[in-house]
Amino acid sequence: MGIDNIWVFAQETDGAPSSGTIELLTKARALGSTVTAFVAGDASAIAGGLGEYGASKAYATGDLAGALPGAAVASAMKAVIDGGDSPDVILFPQNYEGRDVVSRLSVKLDRTVLTNNVDIAADGDSVKVTTPIFGGNTLVSTTFTGEGPYLATFRPKSFVPEASGGGAPEVVAAPVPDLGSTGGATVTAVHVEETSGPKLDEADIVVAGGRGLGEAEKFDMIESLAKALKGAPGASRAIVDAGWVPYSYQVGQTGKVVKPKVYIAAGISGATQHMVGMKGSKNIIAINKDKEAPIFGVADLGIVGDVHKVLPKLIEALQNR
Amino acid sequence: MNVIVCVKQIPDPASPGELDPSSNTLKRDGKLILDESDGYGVEMALQLVDTAGGGEVSIISMAPNGEVSGMRTALAMGAVKGVLVSDPELAGSDALTTAKVLAAAVKKIGDADLVLAGTESSDGYTGTVPEQMAEVLGLPSVTFAKTVTIDGETLKVERQTEAGYDEVTCPLPAVVSVTAGVVEPRYPSFKGIMAAKSKPVDTVTAADLGITPVGWAGARQEIVDVAQAPEREAGEIIEDDGETFTKIVQYLDGLKVI
Repeated sequence: MGIDNIWVFAQETDGAPSSGTIELLTKARALGSTVTAFVAGDASAIAGGLGEYGASKAYATGDLAGALPGAAVASAMKAVIDGGDSPDVILFPQNYEGRDVVSRLSVKLDRTVLTNNVDIAADGDSVKVTTPIFGGNTLVSTTFTGEGPYLATFRPKSFVPEASGGGAPEVVAAPVPDLGSTGGATVTAVHVEETSGPKLDEADIVVAGGRGLGEAEKFDMIESLAKALKGAPGASRAIVDAGWVPYSYQVGQTGKVVKPKVYIAAGISGATQHMVGMKGSKNIIAINKDKEAPIFGVADLGIVGDVHKVLPKLIEALQNR
Repeated sequence: MNVIVCVKQIPDPASPGELDPSSNTLKRDGKLILDESDGYGVEMALQLVDTAGGGEVSIISMAPNGEVSGMRTALAMGAVKGVLVSDPELAGSDALTTAKVLAAAVKKIGDADLVLAGTESSDGYTGTVPEQMAEVLGLPSVTFAKTVTIDGETLKVERQTEAGYDEVTCPLPAVVSVTAGVVEPRYPSFKGIMAAKSKPVDTVTAADLGITPVGWAGARQEIVDVAQAPEREAGEIIEDDGETFTKIVQYLDGLKVI
């Protein structure tokens, strides 16, 4: 027995396996000897990439024809499992699609699901996952009891991807069965919010603004500073909820997890929800009026001051260099 | 148009969270309030029923100790009735059990065109319950909705994505999870608060709903360790005197990023 057969829910971004996919494939290799990718969609473009990171087999649902993946992919997975290939563990990225699929599958298989994890290790015939709580101050380790497949989701950037140099995997069709009354949710149009400069979760420098900016127009300062530093602008949930900037800017528990070389938090107090998304940054600079703000507890350089006074001078100084 | 909204009553997020040392689960035995992120679902439901020109908004919740103070907030906003599942046997339930219990509560109220929930709670943030409920109920679902409109028997949703948003259509009845910030939750009026006190809340146990086993007996997970994460050391904190921007420039220079 023991843990051997590992599946990874695989997604495509711009014609390659997504960063979350290759992170999980890398970890899956350390966990078991058989690594299988389960692709939501057509695998032809990404099969090579999946093999390079260790997948020896790939199931692919084929084009979902606009169906939201939750019910569709979970049904396809269930059909393969019922057909006899039952994994010990299935790893999902903690994102919209991963969450929807794992939720549906947990009901179909009648298995519990553990979310928000940052690590996993074999523990005899079971696995143990690690979840940070209270803004990452406390780490909780949980083992699955009962029978597998064990279902778990992992936060972005939990593992560092390393290629294994494997060849393209065998691709096996895993068509979506008739969804009956659970089907029907269909994407009719896709809207992409254009951004310039580096991507938020890939930038070396991130400049994020929060409620301390006072009003939506002042987010211009964040954009200018990010531009001067060739970084990406980000935001706290508070100002995303307030509608100042689109959701794609959000750093935190329910937004992006970033680990840049430098993170500048301007007018952000450091709510738990935000800290989870940026605590892994190598260097943190915080500017906030309130010297008691929790953000100063993680800052390498903290400026107790008004962002409206500090930022314009900083932007000017950088532009003049 | 009848809408059922799932609401969670959580410990006040303003006070620091604590683990129960005997079970290593989140302490939820103090006073509970309506999860702020559920106010959006209640508001959206009220607006949809209003637009449809008929029907009602009901709420369901699962909480220890017969707690209804958070539910009263939703009733004061305009929901007409509620079902509370409260049962000591439910302590320690995993998300799947919670979804089964809430799905049974949806059936108990019955006749729902739409079930709304938040995307994840502000205390446990597992984030799987709405989609799990949909599967238990055999319904389609749309998660992470930022706008919801009804066109006859069809739901139209703008759904958040990594890159922007998708337009999604879905037949009714359905389960939808809504993101925070989509609508501005109304403040309950004084009249609403007074009226809420006499609105019916039916309190039931898991067994009443036919759900067993629940709680610790039903959970297939075991917390084996709780540890403190390595602390990040706080660095230099300085008061702004009008010149601290030069400190930031020096710091960035030292890192060779400018």
